[in-house]
Amino acid sequence: MADTRAIRSLRLALVGAPNCGKTALFNALTGSRQKVANYSGVTVERKTGVAVLPSGVALDVIDLPGTYSLRARSPDEEVTRDMVLGQRAGEAAPDLLVVVADATSMRSGLRLLLELRRTGRPMIFVLNMIDIARFRGIEIDTRALSAALQIPVVSATAVRKGGLVELWARLDEIVAQGIPAPAPSSWAPPTAADLRQTHREADALIAATLREPVKPATLTTRIDAVLLHPVAGLLILLAILFVMFQAVFSWAQPVMGLILAGFEMLSASLRGLLPPGIFADFLQDGVISGVGSVLVFMPQILILFLFILLLEDLGYMARAAFLMDRIMGGAGLHGRAFIPLLSSFACAIPGIMAARVIDNRRDRLTTILVAPLMTCSARIPVYTLIISAFIPQRQVLGMFSLQGLVMFGLYGAGIAAALGVSFVARFLFWRGQPSPPFMLELPDYKMPRARSVLLGLMTRAQIFLKRAGTTIFSMMVVIWVLASFPRAPAGAAEPAIFYSFAAMIGRFIEPVLAPLGFNWQISIALVPGMAAREVAVAALGTVYAIQDGSGGTQQLLGPVLAQNWSLGTALSLLVWYIFAPQCASTLAVIRRETGGYKWMWVTFAYMLALAYLGSLVTYQIAVALGAG
Amino acid sequence: MIPLSPNIPAQALPLGLAAKGYRGRIQSIVVQDHSTQLPAAEMERRLIELGFIEGAEVHILHEGFFGRDPIAVRINGATVALRRREAMAILTV
Repeated sequence: MADTRAIRSLRLALVGAPNCGKTALFNALTGSRQKVANYSGVTVERKTGVAVLPSGVALDVIDLPGTYSLRARSPDEEVTRDMVLGQRAGEAAPDLLVVVADATSMRSGLRLLLELRRTGRPMIFVLNMIDIARFRGIEIDTRALSAALQIPVVSATAVRKGGLVELWARLDEIVAQGIPAPAPSSWAPPTAADLRQTHREADALIAATLREPVKPATLTTRIDAVLLHPVAGLLILLAILFVMFQAVFSWAQPVMGLILAGFEMLSASLRGLLPPGIFADFLQDGVISGVGSVLVFMPQILILFLFILLLEDLGYMARAAFLMDRIMGGAGLHGRAFIPLLSSFACAIPGIMAARVIDNRRDRLTTILVAPLMTCSARIPVYTLIISAFIPQRQVLGMFSLQGLVMFGLYGAGIAAALGVSFVARFLFWRGQPSPPFMLELPDYKMPRARSVLLGLMTRAQIFLKRAGTTIFSMMVVIWVLASFPRAPAGAAEPAIFYSFAAMIGRFIEPVLAPLGFNWQISIALVPGMAAREVAVAALGTVYAIQDGSGGTQQLLGPVLAQNWSLGTALSLLVWYIFAPQCASTLAVIRRETGGYKWMWVTFAYMLALAYLGSLVTYQIAVALGAG
Repeated sequence: MIPLSPNIPAQALPLGLAAKGYRGRIQSIVVQDHSTQLPAAEMERRLIELGFIEGAEVHILHEGFFGRDPIAVRINGATVALRRREAMAILTV
């Protein structure tokens, strides 16, 4: 037995409260040697990496989900508890716990440490962000703290170069001496009396080891006086959201123009190089116009994520939850649901996964149920295409673009629908239950780090490119085949696509969708659009490009649609996309996160019903008003 | 307003009733069973975990627009947001 222990490398586990800079420390320890997977059976991220000590010894490092206590309340916190206690099947207990605390507010970290001490595991206490603490005049006597706790205590600044010198040295020392064997665990879920006891112990330790100047109003308090002001705060939140959506439209334009021009050039040079025939058709109409019409939205998606990442890193998201709690609470949503729902503006999938921060099952399910109604970036291609084709480019009140306002309205409709659905869900599923508590720590503001924002943006770009390169590309190929075969008979009077499989399927479902004002081209585009919403735009691009025989790309699609569709049809399709459950991956994630098919089908059914009804009403009203 | 029950000392002010700018010290945590969905014991533990413990100084920094709810409370050098309904369990002097 002793041999196996010597052979496998030692395992370090990082434990700490949320916002203590644990992940920054993990990044600094492991650099690029990281692996992200899931714990078996649950959808909790399992982040592991390898840290190489100055002495050359390599350690396995695992970053456990943040928690205030081992008294687990959410799936994430359960993972942390089970890992620390060595109760997770198939996972060895860590050899050494690295307990991380925010040096500027040590109390919660210290309390966690005191609780963890009862597990008997060997541990080391890291006071992270010591630079900010020192800047604020906080002095911590680490030697006295270490003596009182009987645990090594080191200070660190994970985000600075050289900020981990002390930690590296201490880890080397500990490894050289050999990590002591764990003592038997005496941990049991603490009662209120235990918690009070721990709290007093932590207070006593802080009083003995920490000196802090009498606090003047910190920057955070001064900023909060404005940002959390009952009236100004809400207006600023609205303004931030408004600027965000205007930016998505105006900032992205030049880059989108460049991307379009690039695809045009590619298409033109291919036309010159290849002999005309089925292969050239496939490349131009299937691949280039299909993938190009989706890739062009990359700048908008990145701008949206840039805003979300910046607001998150600044610490504003928790404030937004505070400002929105009462408004969302009126609709039966938890203030904490604001963060998942805001992420859903980028994509419902991270939004639904972020709903894990809500520990109450009822609140979590409601949030998951309505998250797909938030206008995700995959709807942007559909919206911009139709808006640019049918809404005139005008200025309203001299400063807002009419197109931007319509877009804002579509976002608003999504939000209103989400609030409405959660309000109804409260009566259908959770009648008569009092709402669970809203309690949330508002972290101090922090300057976002360019590196972490860039890393986040790159991940988003990769995910999007991967989707464009795999799912969307393969759907495009399928559509092109459906839209190109069988070939038109010689001397046919109608365009070639009229004879294809695509037209057959489109005409088959057209009667069902006809009351919504959808023609067969739209009907066919909606079918592959089930894979992902933006695929519908690419599909329309392919269908209409083939129909015209022009080999054109996205740029031409708008005017083509303006010629072929009535305003009623355009508005009806916009409304369809507010509601329609047109995303297979979202449904898959709902099934995974709720642990069954029930909520996935509930989501699918209610969204489809809303989409059909909404479009039907829109189109019929438009027809009645003469816009059909 | 939520009626004060007889086991709340008369001179104590529930934090849930205090105005913005109020400063006080926590006298006790008394959770009424019907006030939240959570069992009283669990609610008490959560409040303690956020730092709401006897003797701690509290200061109401901010309040929301609708119904002056929720409130942001400065406690132990941290800022915690909670609803007035939950803050009713925090009795201050």
